[in-house]
Amino acid sequence: MPAGAVIMEPGNSAERFTGDWRTFKPVINQDKCTRCLRCWVFCPEPAISIVDRQYTSSSGRAWKNSVEINYDYCKGCGICVEECEPKAIDFIEEVK
Amino acid sequence: MPLRTIIRPILHTSFELRWHGRGGQGAVTAAIIVAEAAIFDEKYAQAFPEFGAERRGAPVKAYTRVSEQQILTRSPIIAPDMVVVLDTSIDEKIYLDGLKVGGTILINSSKGKSELKEKIEREDVMIAKVDATHIAMDELGAAIVNTAMVGALIKVTPLAKLDSVSEAIRENFKPKIAEANVKAAGRAYNEVEVLN
Amino acid sequence: METIAKSIWKRLPLSSNYAVAYAARDSDVDEIAAYPITPQTTVVEKLSEFIANGELLAEMVHVESEHSAMSASIGASAAGARAFTATSSQGLELMHELLHIASGMRLPIVMSVAARALSAPLSIWGDYSDVMNTRDTSWITIIASSAQEVYDSIVQAYRIAESVMLPVMVAYDGFMMSHTYEPVFVSEKAGLFRDYIPRKGRVVLDTKKPVTMGAVANPDWYYETKYQQVKAMSDAYGLSVEADQTFSKLYGRGYGLVEEYNVDNSELVILTYGGIFGTVKQAVDEMREQGIPVGAARVRLFRPFPLNELRSLLLKSKAVAVLDRSFSNGLPVSGPLAVELKSMMNSYNINVPVYSYIVGLGQRTVTEADISKIASQALSSKVSNESIYWGVRE
Ligand code: SF4
Ligand code: SF4
Repeated sequence: MPAGAVIMEPGNSAERFTGDWRTFKPVINQDKCTRCLRCWVFCPEPAISIVDRQYTSSSGRAWKNSVEINYDYCKGCGICVEECEPKAIDFIEEVK
Repeated sequence: MPLRTIIRPILHTSFELRWHGRGGQGAVTAAIIVAEAAIFDEKYAQAFPEFGAERRGAPVKAYTRVSEQQILTRSPIIAPDMVVVLDTSIDEKIYLDGLKVGGTILINSSKGKSELKEKIEREDVMIAKVDATHIAMDELGAAIVNTAMVGALIKVTPLAKLDSVSEAIRENFKPKIAEANVKAAGRAYNEVEVLN
Repeated sequence: METIAKSIWKRLPLSSNYAVAYAARDSDVDEIAAYPITPQTTVVEKLSEFIANGELLAEMVHVESEHSAMSASIGASAAGARAFTATSSQGLELMHELLHIASGMRLPIVMSVAARALSAPLSIWGDYSDVMNTRDTSWITIIASSAQEVYDSIVQAYRIAESVMLPVMVAYDGFMMSHTYEPVFVSEKAGLFRDYIPRKGRVVLDTKKPVTMGAVANPDWYYETKYQQVKAMSDAYGLSVEADQTFSKLYGRGYGLVEEYNVDNSELVILTYGGIFGTVKQAVDEMREQGIPVGAARVRLFRPFPLNELRSLLLKSKAVAVLDRSFSNGLPVSGPLAVELKSMMNSYNINVPVYSYIVGLGQRTVTEADISKIASQALSSKVSNESIYWGVRE
């Protein structure tokens, strides 16, 4: 055990899943999402990723990427919901 | 020839000096210079300011102990062997307080023997005087009398060599003013008079 | 020793504050973060001078408070620097939470403390209230009684700190030592202490080999981490003895953990700490000349508490008068050293009368005459079971 509680392996916060204490869960409506990345900037975990998934919206707009939430780390703080300008994130009660 | 030699037969007993000046005259620095010079001479010494409030212009006390042996005590000097008075306007009751029987007073004054003896009114003490203000005005162009008083002191009571005092002065002052202070100390060393 | 002295030491007239600065210079510190407070100020002034004239290659971090001074020291030490800081009184109080962090993160910081009274009422003068308030912070604590010992203890402190990975505090009397000039041998030879306090590898913050320091510990690990600190403090005992003995062998000056003076054939031992010990020794000499069988001792290492040395002292003592320059209010025996001595005696079944005296608070003068009067009162055994506040006007 290292003295002074030093953590010797770098990057091990990935091993700590912070997604298991959520009460509400943010869900991105890909149709309304403008890919502005405000949520990505503000998420304190960070649990929001820009993924390589094409999407064509109902109005015909073709996106090369999608913005998605990693529920292993999303702690349900709701900051992204608050920050999203086009109100593209729904905050729904987690049912387990 | 030293005017008075130090006889200290008892273990761990030192020669104790008290300095009296006004704030800004350099009494604390004088106390330190004497201790430093004695330390350069391989003696033991202690110098400390008064542990009480100091205001510029108010009477300031400082203390020096010099000994051939290691000094143990850290208590204030209550019964000094000698007092050095940098400023004559200080009330004699203050500087005579606790002065040992047969002790010594070194005073900065331009007054004559009878005037000083009348003021001091103690038959048992040896009085030495030097016109340090005059020397300081000549050499430094300011009435900062501490180094002159140190020069006079070591003539009256040989606590340190004049060379060591000069070295200590050079340690404490910037080169520009150090030499003038060394000169002031040297002049006072030669000009100090013992009145009885 | 004189021959060693001639070649490697220079005998200088220094205040304890200056002795601290010379010692930090000669310990080759890398980083100094401090905020000025009376009576510590000239420590940092002198160190700035050393940096300015090229005698010391170190980073001086100017901070806006002691809280930041200790924070910066923690950061520097975590990054691998040999960190030094200095403070007094309210400054030490303001650092308090960081003191726990420094020791909890196991950082070998060394700090000097010119011990001073605490407000209110405001007092800039000396006593040990500030130092005694840090007893539970897991800092190794040395209390010196001369400027020479201050110098030597700072160097020793780095050896202890970097071996056991706990911070060390070297305390000495505000004013009575911090502002008193006396002869001190300081190193004349660059790198004199290089082998005594070698640069050792330790885990540090490094972008090439990243680690996390100061992270959260949940109930499953906090307890064990703290217990490691307990073990480290107990290792610090032996290492403090070793550091002092090796220093003495190499450089000719050693102090022990408890210093005794004329204890043999005494009816009473006056036990204290810090600069007042000089006055006590002088008083003991004077009393011995009059045939009064009194001895003296002082605790030099306050944390870890020097059990073995105190036990052997107590076995030789018929009675002990403890002089404390601090008090822990609300206890019948309120002098910190007296309390700890009594607790130790209880654990080891030692039964010697202990009288507790509180003296010198806020620089109240203590002379040889006071010590003699205390001794004769203690020798008469007509002493209260509770602490006596010596000379207080009620
Ligand atoms: S803030 Fe809203 S619109 Fe912007 S990327 Fe995130 S989900 Fe999409
Ligand atoms: S709810 Fe909080 S943690 Fe989860 S994605 Fe939004 S901002 Fe991040």
